[in-house]
Amino acid sequence: MQNEICCESPIIAGTAEPETNIQHPMEGLLRMDRMPHIWCSGCGLGSVVTAFVEGLKKAGSDFDKVAVVSGIGCTGRVAGYINLDSFHTTHGRAIPFATGLKMANNDMTTVVISGDGDLFAIGGNHLIHAARRNVDINVICVNNFIYGMTGGQTAPTTPLQARSSTAPYGNYEQPFNLVGLAAAAGASYVARWSAMHVRRLADSIAVAANKKGFCFIEVISPCPTVFARKNMGGTGLDLLKSFGERTVIDHDADPTKIPIGMNDEIVCGNFINEDRPTYWENVQTGIRDAVDKENVYWKNL
Amino acid sequence: MFKKSKLRGEFFMQGDIACAEGAVSAGCRFFGGYPITPASEIAERMAYRLPLLNGAFVQFEDEIASMASILGASWTGVKSMTASSGPGISLKAENIGLGMMMEVPCVIVNVQRGGPSTGLPTSWAQADMMQARWGSHGDYGCIALCPKNPQEMFDLTIVAFNYAERYRMPVFVMTDAIVGHMTEKVVVPPVDEIEIIDRRYTDKKPDDYLPYAVGDDLIPDFAKVGDGYRFHSTGLTHDERGYPDMTEHAQLTHAVRIVEKVKKHADDIILLEEKGVEGADVVVVAYGITARTVVPAIEMARKKGIKVGLMRLITAWPFPTKRIRKLAGEIAGFVVPEINLGQMVYEVERCAGGQCKVKSLPHPGGGIHKFETVLSAIEEIAHAK
Ligand code: SF4
Repeated sequence: MQNEICCESPIIAGTAEPETNIQHPMEGLLRMDRMPHIWCSGCGLGSVVTAFVEGLKKAGSDFDKVAVVSGIGCTGRVAGYINLDSFHTTHGRAIPFATGLKMANNDMTTVVISGDGDLFAIGGNHLIHAARRNVDINVICVNNFIYGMTGGQTAPTTPLQARSSTAPYGNYEQPFNLVGLAAAAGASYVARWSAMHVRRLADSIAVAANKKGFCFIEVISPCPTVFARKNMGGTGLDLLKSFGERTVIDHDADPTKIPIGMNDEIVCGNFINEDRPTYWENVQTGIRDAVDKENVYWKNL
Repeated sequence: MFKKSKLRGEFFMQGDIACAEGAVSAGCRFFGGYPITPASEIAERMAYRLPLLNGAFVQFEDEIASMASILGASWTGVKSMTASSGPGISLKAENIGLGMMMEVPCVIVNVQRGGPSTGLPTSWAQADMMQARWGSHGDYGCIALCPKNPQEMFDLTIVAFNYAERYRMPVFVMTDAIVGHMTEKVVVPPVDEIEIIDRRYTDKKPDDYLPYAVGDDLIPDFAKVGDGYRFHSTGLTHDERGYPDMTEHAQLTHAVRIVEKVKKHADDIILLEEKGVEGADVVVVAYGITARTVVPAIEMARKKGIKVGLMRLITAWPFPTKRIRKLAGEIAGFVVPEINLGQMVYEVERCAGGQCKVKSLPHPGGGIHKFETVLSAIEEIAHAK
């Protein structure tokens, strides 16, 4: 088992000479006509979007063949800023929406980007069943431990004792361990990074883009506006630093044994990367003979 | 692959099966479903049929997922459908609203059973008519078709797909457990004799395409995923670009338009069947199975010398406001039998506007209207003239 303290620093824009025609490095892949975005300063979501676009570039994806589907919440707004075929759906339903899209057009690389509340509370059932079926979609879950957009209510990820606007005395509910749940439900690929690990995250996103089956990536993300304000305080950068200090990278860790507490270590890594027959493959191969046999009957009708 | 995979000819067929076959004939190639009585036969038939046609059937973990999935599938240009009954439709309501807001063509079949709640799973009602119209929150236009027999389960499912494609919206087939589970003769015409309408795709280049720009017909042109348009669609109120726009202006244009587009085309959408309505004193307004069960009472009333006609609502929504309003000025009154405690009768009353009598004949479900009840209602209105 190899433990390594993470020392990766976030990408910080350099101070280049002023140019007349400055282009955003992700111009073309972001909807620049929608900037500025609605996210708070210090929020981790910008880094996640950067890592997502970098990951797709690394994967060599055909951008016309990538669809992004989001649910509702701060992370739910990601779909609206990425210049690809993109859908901002209902609360918790991004995964079944994406499953329908993927099953109707298998050429599409279909990525769900949504938050922990969206994917694991109201949408939890869809997540475990998509993992069970091994539908060939990728799910990037941005975990900020709280409901951000609605003003800081308890999420299924909120650590015990953490404060939220619906847990004014501290949270008394056991949180989910997202990677453990995804792994237990049968995901083919399971990773966890934080918004601090933009390069590693981009690498995982690239692997998932070219991998068949249900891929799940959790991204621990700072929410200075509500989570930090109600708890440890500090800016987005302070939170990123603390995630960095708390991170232990261990690719061999058992994802079911690495819950995230209020202050203890955050185990990150690429935990699972297995090849299991996907839903699509099972449809194609598993029932092909029976379907062909039945079609002979129809031909002779 | 084998080309001959559609039925043609005459069959002794169950209503639910006929619905599935109508969907297949209309070009439906994706079905998202969840088991529920009395609609499960539709899912079962689609599970059998779609793999033969290289389509996809997915039995989801719940009704919500099955509704969300047909929206995702439809964005790829594939015609999609789901089927359920009242409790399932209640769960689908949220994503029906998303379909209305995003303007996604798809078909939702409701094989109605008695309610509320679990109600009468194995028995029938027509008590979700207002749910179809208003079941998801907010304002939106609605199209709902009411088959009266297995033949119409086939025919009207095709019409439902055509309307969904033409007007770019989810369309309801509002049947019930009697028609769904009834087995009768169904004639399936040859493929080239079935009128199929497909959604209108944009002819614009990606750079010039605005996903929600409309012309006079108020219906936006479609672009499907994967074709390089890189468009955005959201359940939020949006502008022509599909971008969220949280303004009164956007609500006044987009949210109003998804109601107005149905109103604008109402005359083309509305399907009515009238028998003996011209010159009648009494008009029975009925739909679905009730339009069949009341026929003996209407015939008996005629034998007794009462001028009574039957107006069958083939489309319940949009409601035939103009026609009912005109008739109201000419007749003594309407009799409105329905297997609910009075739903479409509100519309008849609204349109009649006090010009004539309107008599509701409610029935809570699990049975049908008694011959004498219908007859005496017709007589009552006729004699009150
Ligand atoms: S509320 Fe939190 S998660 Fe939402 S945008 Fe602000 S910082 Fe980010």
